[in-house]
Amino acid sequence: MKFIDCPPIGRRALSEFVYGGLVKHEPDHESVSETVWAEHVFYRHSHPQIQKEWWYHRPTGMWFFFERDTLTDVIHHVSVATKGYANEA
Amino acid sequence: MPLRLLKYAWKSPEDELRFFPEEKPLEKEYDVVIIGGGGHGMACAYYLAKEHGITNVAVLEQGYIGGGNTGRNTTIVRSNYLTSEGVKFYDESLKLFDDLSEDFDLNIFYSTRGHYTLAHTDSAMRTMRWRAEVNKHHGIDSEVVDVETIQKDIPYMDVECNGQHPVMGALYHAPGSVARHDAVAWGYARGAQVRGVEIHQKTQVTDIKTASGKVVGVETNRGFIKAKKVISMVAGSSPRITNMLDIKTPIEVFPLQACVTEPVKPFMNTIVVSGSLHVYVSQSSRGELVMGASVDPAELHSTRSTLDFVEGLTDQMMDLFPFTSRLKIMRQWAGMSDITPDFAPIMGKTQIDGFYLDSGWGTWGFKATPISGKTMAYTVATDTTHELIKPFSLDRFEEFNLVGEKGAASVGH
Repeated sequence: MKFIDCPPIGRRALSEFVYGGLVKHEPDHESVSETVWAEHVFYRHSHPQIQKEWWYHRPTGMWFFFERDTLTDVIHHVSVATKGYANEA
Repeated sequence: MPLRLLKYAWKSPEDELRFFPEEKPLEKEYDVVIIGGGGHGMACAYYLAKEHGITNVAVLEQGYIGGGNTGRNTTIVRSNYLTSEGVKFYDESLKLFDDLSEDFDLNIFYSTRGHYTLAHTDSAMRTMRWRAEVNKHHGIDSEVVDVETIQKDIPYMDVECNGQHPVMGALYHAPGSVARHDAVAWGYARGAQVRGVEIHQKTQVTDIKTASGKVVGVETNRGFIKAKKVISMVAGSSPRITNMLDIKTPIEVFPLQACVTEPVKPFMNTIVVSGSLHVYVSQSSRGELVMGASVDPAELHSTRSTLDFVEGLTDQMMDLFPFTSRLKIMRQWAGMSDITPDFAPIMGKTQIDGFYLDSGWGTWGFKATPISGKTMAYTVATDTTHELIKPFSLDRFEEFNLVGEKGAASVGH
């Protein structure tokens, strides 16, 4: 079992977390063109890299950002997704 | 003892004809370079040579033949899809599979078993009826069957699922089959090679070179190769290849794991899938249960295995087949699935002249091996997209024209 050190809640099993996908900044809904929207929704470079992702911690209901390497599965940095973030869930 | 067998015993191994001749050195230039020596790459090379007379072809494989997802799937072949586009495409593949052993003069152990997709909920039953109707419309043998029929065919199944989620019915697809996956790749590879195609293993493509929007060649760990046409058929490594050309795709790579149990006496002749329980299982000709589940929860470019997977899978498996609690897991492994948002592949031409993509094979690639090879060979040879793969173009996403095949994925992902 893999464990993650999360600043406010301590050391927790990864199985308590749910993957929420890549952190992306949503274009403005009112002014966005169809091409830009398609680009936002679908297209990306998904080669192995360190990326910022949403992770939901079920027991506490908190959302976190993990900076995770998609080649080695090593989590380099963990932070709490605070209120006021544009994509707040 | 028959004389032939005796003669064989005294022969030295050197007298035996190698299945594949020794590899030649790399040429400086090829008409077509295929990246990826799995089933799809070999099938494409085979049909390029056989049907289009294009033999100045090199298949470059970073590992060994069929060592990627071709050798890691659970070998199921079926065509009971949900969309017309998918049904037509996979049905052609099934027809090709039927003749492969004869085509190759090699037994691919193609075995038609019948395929049950169990439904445990009303909504799953509705999807099964929908799929059955789409299938019948295209002349494919699929029907919705009741619990009694399932129980009669698979007596060892607990259709009550321990009372947790009783089976309500199933989609039964008689042509559902299994095949020996390695032999499919080997058969295509040998067929391509005897027609003049070169196969280079342990040859990794490190970059693709273009000049004014046209492909000019590939950089490899064994030097530069000139090529007018380059086809990427690398499944789980697709994002690494498209990244070389700065092509964005909707592909995300997730590990897909599978495992086999110790062999037991034959007790189940059919393939059983349960979307709600996230399991699929068939009994191999050796008696092992070959089992798979849904993809891992997060994006990862790795073929590592996890205990979480086995725990999750066996938990569900024991609801369906209680006696499996006494079976041991012998091996487990993983492949990299290149998943697309609509669970349909991405095939055909790209914005770069001379660069073709055969990707987005997620968890449904093995069954498409023959037809993807055939349609991609046509597309590359004639530079016209084959009719069957037109709906699977890369630009369908920017037109919001998705294929919507998720409902026919073997298990919910």
